[in-house]
Parts: sequence; structure tokens; C-alpha cells
Amino acid sequence: MARLLIDKDACTGCESCIPTCPFGALSMKEGIAVVDEKCTFCGACVDVCPVNAISLEKEEKAVTIDISAYKNVWIFIEHEFGKVSNVSFELLGEGRKLAEAVGCKLCGMLFGDTEVIDKFAREAVAYGAEKVYVMESPLLKEYRTDSYAKAAVDLIRKYKPEIVLFGATTQGRDFAGTVATTIECGLTADCTGLDIDPETKYLKQTRPAFGGNIMATILDYPNYRPQMSTVRPKVFAMPPREDSRKGEIIRETLQMTEEQVRTKILEFIKGAETVNLADAEIIVSGGRGVGGPENFKVIRELAGVLGAAVGASRAAVDSGWIPYEHQVGQTGRTVRPKIYIACGISGSIQHQAGMKTSDIIVAVNKDPEAPIFKIATYGIVGDLFTVVPMLKDEFSKRLGR
Amino acid sequence: MKIAVCIKQVPETTDVKINPETNTLIREGVASITNPFDEYAVEEALLLKEKHGGEVHVVSMGPPQAIEVLKNALAVGADKVYLVSDKAFAGADTLATAYTLAKMIQTIGGVDLVICGKQAIDGDTAQVGPGVATRLGIPQLTYVSKVREINLEKKRMVVERLLENGREVVESSLPVLMTVVKDINEPRLPSLLGIKKAAKAQIPTLTSKDIGADENRIGLKGSPTWVKRVFSPEARSGGGEVLKGELTEVVPFLVNKLMDTKFIK
Repeated sequence: MARLLIDKDACTGCESCIPTCPFGALSMKEGIAVVDEKCTFCGACVDVCPVNAISLEKEEKAVTIDISAYKNVWIFIEHEFGKVSNVSFELLGEGRKLAEAVGCKLCGMLFGDTEVIDKFAREAVAYGAEKVYVMESPLLKEYRTDSYAKAAVDLIRKYKPEIVLFGATTQGRDFAGTVATTIECGLTADCTGLDIDPETKYLKQTRPAFGGNIMATILDYPNYRPQMSTVRPKVFAMPPREDSRKGEIIRETLQMTEEQVRTKILEFIKGAETVNLADAEIIVSGGRGVGGPENFKVIRELAGVLGAAVGASRAAVDSGWIPYEHQVGQTGRTVRPKIYIACGISGSIQHQAGMKTSDIIVAVNKDPEAPIFKIATYGIVGDLFTVVPMLKDEFSKRLGR
Repeated sequence: MKIAVCIKQVPETTDVKINPETNTLIREGVASITNPFDEYAVEEALLLKEKHGGEVHVVSMGPPQAIEVLKNALAVGADKVYLVSDKAFAGADTLATAYTLAKMIQTIGGVDLVICGKQAIDGDTAQVGPGVATRLGIPQLTYVSKVREINLEKKRMVVERLLENGREVVESSLPVLMTVVKDINEPRLPSLLGIKKAAKAQIPTLTSKDIGADENRIGLKGSPTWVKRVFSPEARSGGGEVLKGELTEVVPFLVNKLMDTKFIK
């Protein structure tokens, strides 16, 4: 067991350690720092102590596995509705850099039925995969946790990749947890930065926590492999596609029957309007200032001209003006469009958590003090019912539609 | 029907900042609450109990002060609550946390349905739910926005899952674990009687030994990942420009700026 030790004699009671603790585990007692059970042994306080009174005693983990047996960077090639998800290509681009830094091969991992598998494997190669490990089965036609997790676990156990990356989509986040738990390896969620430590060659995974207010860099202990992460879509650029590239396709058989898959998809109900906020390049969102369900018309009209998706703040959703699938923010979706236009949204910390990594943020709000203006690239103080139609007309004119 | 719900105590706000001068976290007087998604999980369990009968067992893993969120669960109507707390759990990542919660649920025994929130607002991982399902050896239904039907005799349930492009209607065998999104219901407020009852309640605390946990699979020892560094995100560059002037000038100016980006096609 690990322990955080505070040297009572050395501690001067300066309190510099107290605010460094991300978990609020440190407090002062009779002029000396004390630690409680909220401590997670992250070590954030150790470096801050000016008199070196804090030390971390970690039981050294015995490396019980042969790390050198784990080779190559694998990217899960996700597909839906007959199309490979862009995040998989983005990951092939980033995976290339990681593979070069480690000095290993970049591989794809692809599951599906006969109809799509060859086409998608070739696409993975065109975007940079040197090898594609393939499981082809009617059970893998549609994504289901059981069949996909079984396919991934079997391939990973057999071929022992060093790094496995999944898109942090509903699909990736649904089954990566199952795979990591079955294999008993690490999994870092929703990463926005990946890097290889030049010395150890270990994967450094950076991710937002606390709604994006802090960033954490996470590593895997060397006695657990592979190192696995889910990675947020649209963080990394699409690599160039080169159809002339050659790659090897390795086929394996899924050892599973339909009876062993415990869930069955009965139907898919497509959203009434384009709500795929995760994929949208432009989002126009409405908040409390919209004032009622019928008023979302002005938001939808601007979105229509721009070919944008329609988002909403929690206030608008909770008022019943627009369905939940439109909600952006902490209890809704996290988005990262090129342009985010916030109309009548004050910009609470919870809303910002879902959209503040957008490339360009435009804010339209009556209240000049609204927090949204602090993060907006461009702000207009004014009534959205005047400003938004003007924007729509101006864009219509420029775009000729 | 026996339902287990996993809840987590989280800071009330995620508005934690890092002091740029000292590179340290500023965390002043932040109160703790039940993770918002877990409130929907508790509510769904109560609704299902009202419809199908049974018991609602709520568990939380955390330090002793996490009994507060369990008291809230009692106040809204949970039948039994349990705190899983042990110094040996400290430093747990999602793998070790999921193992611990699964051991707790096995200790309750005979559970037909486990409900978790989609994710916690502090860690935002969404990994513990699937981890618990895997440890328990039961299927999982994530991002559930509606329970359509439960057939206890046939041991089946049908739900709607909220995905990027729409809703997937899925049937699963029972027992099953589901994680829920906000759309699923509207959590009730506790009654005065409920609050009084909860205030007096003795909350059982179970240790690593009580749930029969393998010491190599809990806490820091059972965690493959570790946090090397925490830091502030990069500030947004070039932001904060409020356009001044008449709207007839400002609007075309902004449209020009946005057209120049080439993002609008």
C-alpha cells in the first residue's frame, strides 16, 4: 500500500501544499499539514513543499509481464451506417507519429461482415495502416458490445499490441471499458493529447478532467499492457489518403455464436433533424434567451443557411423547448466544431465544459456581462431576435442560398 | 426486482482552476453533491420499483464523508444504502474502482439490474459502468434514455440508447447493467419525512475485507494507470473581442471574418 508521509518536524505550516491537492485531501491541524483518506497518491503536493517535508512512499510494482512481447500501435477502425468514422482516420494520422516515436508498426483493427470488410481495410491502409487485423462475421455486422469486445480481446491477447487507441465515441467508450476490464489493463478516457516519452517509450495520455478546467497527463505502469485510450474526435487532423499504399490483411475467425451475444438490436430511430453534434463543423446553439420552443425557428434558420447542427443550453432543454439530444454541456454532449455560435446563452461553467475547445466561438447576448463573452472569439451585445436574422440574411447573400 | 445503483460524491462545481503563478489548484470551500447523472440512476431505480416491485440498494465508494450522498438516496426512497470505504481503496483508477463496486454488488447478491449514471462530472471517464458489468459477467446497456419494458419472467428488458445519430432500441437478457443519460426522467425531491428518516439512519460501511476483495485488485495496487501531472488548459488565444458599433456594420464585419476562415462551405 502506498502512503503519503508528512514530516512533522520539517513542516513549517506554510500551507503551500493545501491548494495543490486536486482532491482536497490536505488540511492544517495545529499548524501542521495533515492528509486524509481522500488522498490518491498523485504526488501533486510533493514537489510544492518548500522544505521537502512531504514524501510519497509507493510500493514498487514488480514487473511481472514481458513488455518486449508487446509491439505495435493499433487503431480501432470504427464504422457505422456503411462508413468508417472520421475519428479512426484521425487516429491513424496520430498513430503514425506514435509508431515512429516508438519505432514500431501502425496497424488497424477492424470488425464487420463480408460486405464491408475489404473496402474498409483498404481505406485503413490508404490512411496509413501497415497491417489490418480483421475479424469477419455476420455477428459483427452491427456494433454490439459482446461481439465487438470478444473480437478485440481475442486479437489483443493473440497479437499483443503495445498501444491500442479507440475513438471516444459512444461505440468506442461503450466497449473499450469492457475490453480493458477483461484484459485487466489500463484505459484512459477521452484523451486530447498523446505523446511518447522519449526515454522510456511509454505512452503519455493527456485528458481534460473537471469539465475541462484541468488537464491531467496519465501513464500506465509497465506491468500492465497494452496501453489503451479512447481519444476525442476532431482533436487530430485527418492524414492524407493515398490509395496506392500497400498493406497486409490478417484474418481471424470470431469464436462466438449468436446465442452468446446477450443483446439484440430491434430498431434504430434516426434523429428528426441533424443532431450529430459530435461530427458537426458548425453549430448554432440557443439558450434561455430564445424564450420559447417556437422561437428556435430563428436558430434553425441560421443553422440551415450555414449547413450547421442545432445545439442548445441546458436551460432551453430543461424548459422543454428542444429535445435533450441537442444539449451541449456537462450533462449533455461535448462538442468541438470549427465554429460555435451561442445565441442567448449566458455561458455557465457547465455549458462551457461542453464547447470551449471549439475553434471559433461567436456569442450573441443582450447582457454585456454574460460570461460567454470572456471565451468568445467574437461577441455581439444585442437582442438575438435582431442579430441572428441579420446574420442569416448576410450569410444568405454571400453564399447565394 | 432487486436493483443496485452506484453513485459517486463529486465536487459541486467543476470550476476548479490552477493558480498560474504557483501552478497549484485553487479549491476554496467547494461543497460536495451527488454526481448529477447518478440522480437519474437513483430515480430510474425508484420508478422501476414502483412499477415492478422490489428493492433499491444504493452503493457508493469513497471516503467516510460520502455517506452524505447515501443519505440523500435514503431520503428520496432507497431501501438500503452501503458505503464502501477503506484506506486500501485509495488511489483506485477506473479498473480498481469497477472491481470494488462489483464485489460490493456481489455482496448484496441476487441483483437483477444495476444502474449507473453515464459518467461522473469530475473524472468524466464513463468507464466504471462497463467495468462493473464486465466484472459481474453481465451485459451492459450504456447511454440509456428510456426503459421500454421489463419482463421479469422471461428475464428480458428493452431500452432506448441515445447515440450520436439517433436512438437504438435494444433488447437484453437480465441481469444487466445500464448507464443512464439525463433525458430518462426527472429526479424527485426528498420528502420531509424522508430527510428526517435519513438523518437518523446508520449507514453501514463495508471494508475491503467485508466485500472479500483481492488486495491486488484494489486501490493503487490494482490500478494500471497513474496521474503524472495536472495542469491548466491552454487559455483560448485571441478571444474576448466584443464587436463595437452599429449592428449594420458589426454583422457584415463578423460575417466577413467567418467567411475568411473557409469553414463555411
